[in-house]
Amino acid sequence: MSVQTTDYAASEIRSPASFVANRVFIYGALVFWAFICLFPIYWTITTSFKTAVDVTQGHLIPFVDFQPDWKGWRSLGLSPDSIFRTSTVRDEFIKRFMNSVITSVGASSLAIVIGSLAAYGLTRYRYKFGWFKNQDISFFFLSQLILPPVVLALPFLVLYREVGMLDTRIGLILLYTLMVLPIVIWIMRDQFNSIPVELEEAALVDGLSIWGAFFRIVMPIALPGMVAAFILAMVLCWNEYFFAALLTSTDAKTIPVMVASQTGSQGINWWSMAALATAAITPLAVIGIALERYLIMGMTAGAVK
Amino acid sequence: MAIATLGLLAVIAIQILYKTEVDTIGFETWRPVVYAYVLWGVALGVGQVLTRGEDGQRALFLLPALLFTIAMVIFPTLFGFYIALTDWNLSSFSGRKFNGLDNFWQMLADPYYRNALLNMVLYVLAVLVEYVIAFGLALLLNAQIKARKFFRVVFLMPLMLSPVAVSWMIGKSLMEYRFGPAAALARQLGWENPAFFSNPITARISIMVLDAWTFIPFMMIMLLAGLQAMSREVLEAARVDGANAWQTFWQVTFPLMLPVSVTAIILRIIFKLKLADIIITVTSGGPGGATDSVSSFIYREYRDRSNVGYGTMLAMAYLIIIIVFVTWLLKAANRFVRNVN
Repeated sequence: MSVQTTDYAASEIRSPASFVANRVFIYGALVFWAFICLFPIYWTITTSFKTAVDVTQGHLIPFVDFQPDWKGWRSLGLSPDSIFRTSTVRDEFIKRFMNSVITSVGASSLAIVIGSLAAYGLTRYRYKFGWFKNQDISFFFLSQLILPPVVLALPFLVLYREVGMLDTRIGLILLYTLMVLPIVIWIMRDQFNSIPVELEEAALVDGLSIWGAFFRIVMPIALPGMVAAFILAMVLCWNEYFFAALLTSTDAKTIPVMVASQTGSQGINWWSMAALATAAITPLAVIGIALERYLIMGMTAGAVK
Repeated sequence: MAIATLGLLAVIAIQILYKTEVDTIGFETWRPVVYAYVLWGVALGVGQVLTRGEDGQRALFLLPALLFTIAMVIFPTLFGFYIALTDWNLSSFSGRKFNGLDNFWQMLADPYYRNALLNMVLYVLAVLVEYVIAFGLALLLNAQIKARKFFRVVFLMPLMLSPVAVSWMIGKSLMEYRFGPAAALARQLGWENPAFFSNPITARISIMVLDAWTFIPFMMIMLLAGLQAMSREVLEAARVDGANAWQTFWQVTFPLMLPVSVTAIILRIIFKLKLADIIITVTSGGPGGATDSVSSFIYREYRDRSNVGYGTMLAMAYLIIIIVFVTWLLKAANRFVRNVN
């Protein structure tokens, strides 16, 4: 392994030749991995513009190898010539898309609200519920992280049926909230710990109540952390498949379930599948590029002490 | 005090009433119980503030999350343990029958479940390979390079994409036997018959690769944060002492990175233990259950056979195994880090 050379060799240049070799290796490795990350995406996007012949012959580069065609997008009702006509596939797609938006935004918001409150309480006050002290309560919340979805899925299937919440968005929202709550609490605890207590003490002296101090003083400072937690939660909810596949059928089905159900049925229409996959990943790809800073902030919260 | 307890008692009374009425008159759904619980939660919160003043206000921070989690986890899990002891097939009309430990004995004799557990061990071991790659990438990103932000965004990209879309994009199209580019490349490299998903061993490896592709960025970002938090002076000192790059890495960087590494690996293992969606969508466990993770196996147990009772028993057994394993893992990791430092 020559991994280690990449890190420090740049600062200990022995000879021009080894410096050049070193640079070549670093950039070679970077470009190689960038290719691995991007090629599947590139392949999917180009495939959505291919016709059957282009797919079977393995053409790769548009305009050179093959002539792009709107075929895949037309079958989704999203191509320029079909966008104004009615299309049942497009209606279906938009419905699933909206379901995904509503459930992931709803669940993330709910998790942020109750998660931030709990995290704030846990970092600032001492609680005692029976034998449970702060540490135990924190552990109780964080331990939910290891709970595999499959353990909850079947009981919830039965419970939701009894309660009449099967195949509803609210049912999914509640489950997703549960799923991201430990992560939100983890991130927000880290955030609140980094805010000095003196700020609130000053506010309390100035006559604000506990909740007043929280909303007026602490919240604005912790906002970036909240954004980070929110985005991370969004990503997790948007991509969630397991619960959605089990607990929804016609009304509340989300995008991942729609994508998965298309792959199963009859021979695959490559171009339309590619178009669908592209449409499904675009929103998050955009978020990933635009808000990368917050994502990294969320993921690294509490990792480095 | 009086108001709060009165309200509380009233709501609980209503709850009990509902439950008895379900038996006698029969509500359409149990939804009123859910509303009652929410109402009870609100009453509890208000009661706290009214009776305990400042302390109550403090408790109010914690109450929503606590009530929510308890309702969503404890109750379903207990209910799950009960279902696990029943013979309940949703597609048959006989309904639920208590059958004690029958499911448990069936589980012990189930070769597919054992196979799924064994696969989980393999999948978890793959985390170590992912870790090495992620560490390498983090070092690359931490080196003095141009366009660092560009590469970071690109490297992070796979994590954004939904595993279901990924399993189509890579599993079903890139690795497609006849004309997927990955298969074409494999033929070029001399693999005569690049069927990624038809042989149990290659199928498992393919699943690992797919999963690694999406999750390597996660570890990479954590390790990168660790590298960036490391003080420059230590590295400088090592260099002044005449250590070469190889020695510096093993004697300084790696030991200093150990706590972050352990955190990253443990978090990754926890996510790995939930692995299901890729397997369900790409191979649906095949060939012959060879790639099944526990979650995907239980999923099919329900989807294909509607076997709620048995499926739940498997899930509960898995839960217990996971809790024991993760507890042990955390303890071992703690001891390990302490010993090294």
